[in-house]
Amino acid sequence: MSNIPSELKYATSHEWVRQEGNGVVTVGITEHAQELLGDMVFVELPDVDDEISTGDDVAVAESVKAASDIYAPVSGKVIEINEDLDDSPELVNSDAFGAGWLFKVQLDDASDLDALLDAEGYANSIDED
Amino acid sequence: MTNKTVLHAKHIEAGAKLVDFYGWEMPINYGSQIEEHHAVRTDAGMFDVSHMTIVDIKGNDAQAFLRRLVINDVAKLDVAGKALYTGMCNHEGGVIDDLIVYFFTTTDYRLVVNSATREKDLAWITEQSAEFDVTVTERPEFAMIAIQGPQAKAKVATLLNAEQLAAVDGMKPFFSAQAGDLFIATTGYTGENGYEIALPAEQAADLWQQLLDAGVQPCGLGARDTLRLEAGMNLYGLDMDESVSPLAANMAWTISWEPTDRNFIGREALTAQKAAGDQPKLVGLVFEEKGVLRSGLKVITPFGEGIITSGTFSPTLGHSIAMARVPRSVSLGDIVEVEMRKKLVNVKVIKAGFVRNGKKVF
Repeated sequence: MSNIPSELKYATSHEWVRQEGNGVVTVGITEHAQELLGDMVFVELPDVDDEISTGDDVAVAESVKAASDIYAPVSGKVIEINEDLDDSPELVNSDAFGAGWLFKVQLDDASDLDALLDAEGYANSIDED
Repeated sequence: MTNKTVLHAKHIEAGAKLVDFYGWEMPINYGSQIEEHHAVRTDAGMFDVSHMTIVDIKGNDAQAFLRRLVINDVAKLDVAGKALYTGMCNHEGGVIDDLIVYFFTTTDYRLVVNSATREKDLAWITEQSAEFDVTVTERPEFAMIAIQGPQAKAKVATLLNAEQLAAVDGMKPFFSAQAGDLFIATTGYTGENGYEIALPAEQAADLWQQLLDAGVQPCGLGARDTLRLEAGMNLYGLDMDESVSPLAANMAWTISWEPTDRNFIGREALTAQKAAGDQPKLVGLVFEEKGVLRSGLKVITPFGEGIITSGTFSPTLGHSIAMARVPRSVSLGDIVEVEMRKKLVNVKVIKAGFVRNGKKVF
């Protein structure tokens, strides 16, 4: 069983969300997701200032095995992207919950977070996979 | 039913992620397939290839039988131990399998064929051998380990005894030697120097451990695929199968048309195809932007459509490469389009073969 930090929120499509305060969240993909995908070779991120809505395919994680869409777990405006992934996509493999983060979003509505899973809920959802 | 090689426990010990490979539970990687790939390009890696099928052909008619069975001409082999890459075709000229033939004497040969095609290959070989004075003997009691990379031979050498060292001393590529219990061949599927070693199954775990202790990186099927694709080597089932002519699979060089009276299986069909000149061809594709060319994607050319047969991210080059079957009129150097994730992207056509001995070759 892979690591699922309890302070994060999760989407069933394997994104994680960390609250940074002031309505800003950081988004990444879970350790479980990177294990399924294998070695990452490219990560395509949204552009800063993009307006994104929950469920939109906003990024692509391309591994040796497959290209996989990443969905927006929340709605809002992209305010920062992880440019280190351009040269080092393997950060998603080595540190999925840390240096392998994907982008930051200024939330339209903080109540979006209530719709996401907690660690236990996410752990149950991947058990059912 | 799932088959396991004799090295299965060693794979688990090394942290392998195992997958089903045509009925065999085999390592896909031992953590990172990209690191394994780099180990082979820069140092030394090893693969358990014990699932591959070894078939010995012996008897008075062994040479005559193989001159009928395979599209290359085994009569070209006149030095003991010499190996030959070729294919065997059906009567319609479709590739039943690709294989390596090792020559010992004109009455004694060894074939190594794919594991995924084992049953149909054995059935075909046995059926075709009926009119010849030969025995067809599968050798499942052998395990096989491929050790590949610029340091592979040096690392293996530290484990060999004097007799074995003498047997492999100065061995050229595509040769083999029986050295004590080890059948050592300078063949491989990576585009690097190295050995493929067949040995009695009960000795395989010890050799694997010794290689591990000598600093050889265990590598899984994931790295094996990116390495062979960089080397421009075909994978049966993807780049060709029974519906594909060797002329359309970059295997024309493995056909011996001379002498013209050698009646190999498929000759008539292949001769007609060659005369018609209408077979598609297998080329290499290069895509240097973000994104990975994948098997099954459509290739659009001014001469009609083609298809990617194998595609991957090349860890050595840092971008995507592929092999594709395209209309024969497409030329090397052309830019063609591939439909990738709902967009059309431009890719360059080159000769299939991207990396050899650690270096870009295009």
